[in-house]
Amino acid sequence: MKPAPFQYAAPETVEESLALLRAFGEEGKVLAGGQSLVPLLNMRLARPSVLIDLNRVRELSYIRDEGMTVAIGAMTRQRAVELSGLVRERLPLLAEAVRYIGHPQIRNRGTIGGSLAHADPAAELPVVALVLGAQLVIRGPKGTRSLRPEEFFVSYLRTALEPEELLVEVRFPAHRAYGTAYLEVARRHGDYALVGVAAMVRMEGERCAEARLGFTGVGPVPVRLPEVEEAVAGRHLDDATLAEVGRIVADRLEPQSDIHASAAYRREVAGVLAGRALRLAAARFKGGEGG
Amino acid sequence: MKRRARANPSSRTAQGRRSAKAQVSPPPLWTQKEIKVRVNGVEYTSTVDVRMTLVDFLRHELGLTGTHVGCEHGVCGACTILLDGQAVRSCLLFAVQADGAEITTVEGLGTPERLHPLQEAFRDHHALQCGFCTPGFLMTTLAFLRENPEPSDGEIREVLAGNLCRCTGYQGIVEAVRDAARRLRSAHGA
Repeated sequence: MKPAPFQYAAPETVEESLALLRAFGEEGKVLAGGQSLVPLLNMRLARPSVLIDLNRVRELSYIRDEGMTVAIGAMTRQRAVELSGLVRERLPLLAEAVRYIGHPQIRNRGTIGGSLAHADPAAELPVVALVLGAQLVIRGPKGTRSLRPEEFFVSYLRTALEPEELLVEVRFPAHRAYGTAYLEVARRHGDYALVGVAAMVRMEGERCAEARLGFTGVGPVPVRLPEVEEAVAGRHLDDATLAEVGRIVADRLEPQSDIHASAAYRREVAGVLAGRALRLAAARFKGGEGG
Repeated sequence: MKRRARANPSSRTAQGRRSAKAQVSPPPLWTQKEIKVRVNGVEYTSTVDVRMTLVDFLRHELGLTGTHVGCEHGVCGACTILLDGQAVRSCLLFAVQADGAEITTVEGLGTPERLHPLQEAFRDHHALQCGFCTPGFLMTTLAFLRENPEPSDGEIREVLAGNLCRCTGYQGIVEAVRDAARRLRSAHGA
């Protein structure tokens, strides 16, 4: 038997899940898709005494069109998001990024909420949530609260979730008024990103009216670089501008070295990817305008 | 609302709403649980330790040792099975989670006398040497070709990235999948 002994609960509603968290939140662990947690259990790096399995909580699995917002239940499988026509149409950045998460076998089980609550610093969904300005809806003993990604992600594998709280929904603003692009460099397709970049661009003619740029894999939490976003505003996204973007990105990011890549390599890659992502997002913006 | 501090997440209005509702009592905790699963069309009922992974259940309890255990943390793909028709890693699921599910393992594919077209393609293209990874590759590919009967080479390589093979160098596997897609299409067209 690989994991250390635990007690198992299989709630069927959010209320039952919250009751379990109230009783066992401190010593327990929430099991969503299990694609990160079960490896930790199998290696006995995590030894919770109670496992609260959300996989039978059907009310947390949905993709809902709410006009300006697309609401996605925390237990919605990544694969369902990937295949959703609504997501592709309204949230193309999310649709593009989700394909980089692991492999189909992983995305068939892995969930939107699970990945965000796990908060891996090289994961795709946190940076997408950050760049899109998503709201993370949390239920707990004191009711419901909603956090922005900047508030939710605290550090490596750490979020603002309290032990008795549950992430129940992610609300993504639809972004049809923007061109977007997600790019990453990984050792193999499906591995965690060495660096990933999410870009959102609104053009006015040939000039970039507004840009947002987020990075994953370069620090304890996903980061945006306001300096870069300001530097490209009002400019043509030509070679000179993008070279400047690359310089600022490489200068401002503070990635760490690990066995997969050195910090210097990550800075270089981040700068190059940032330029490519901006250019691709701009091209898509123009394409989407009916051109 | 916008700038609420992290350490003080309370929302008084919501609290009022909660106390008006009867508090739900937590569901029971289990260390063992009875499960019913259908594996390759056969129904099984069994009482399992909740910490037993699904792959261990298939191998040790049901004796279906065709599904292999490799890394046991979701990297190698050797334990890939179909759960309700979808390819999943059975080392990252607990048997208790499969209660009520329909499972297909490599034993459900073909027999030594009558191989599945996918297995024939693997044999014909030398897509295996030691064979340890093969059940995982077969089940991954089975689900993949059902969803995408005419994949490009790029798509084949992308889906195979979720399984590790240390013998073949993958070239034979890519060719086998390409050929299997052809064979399955003509089998369905016939």
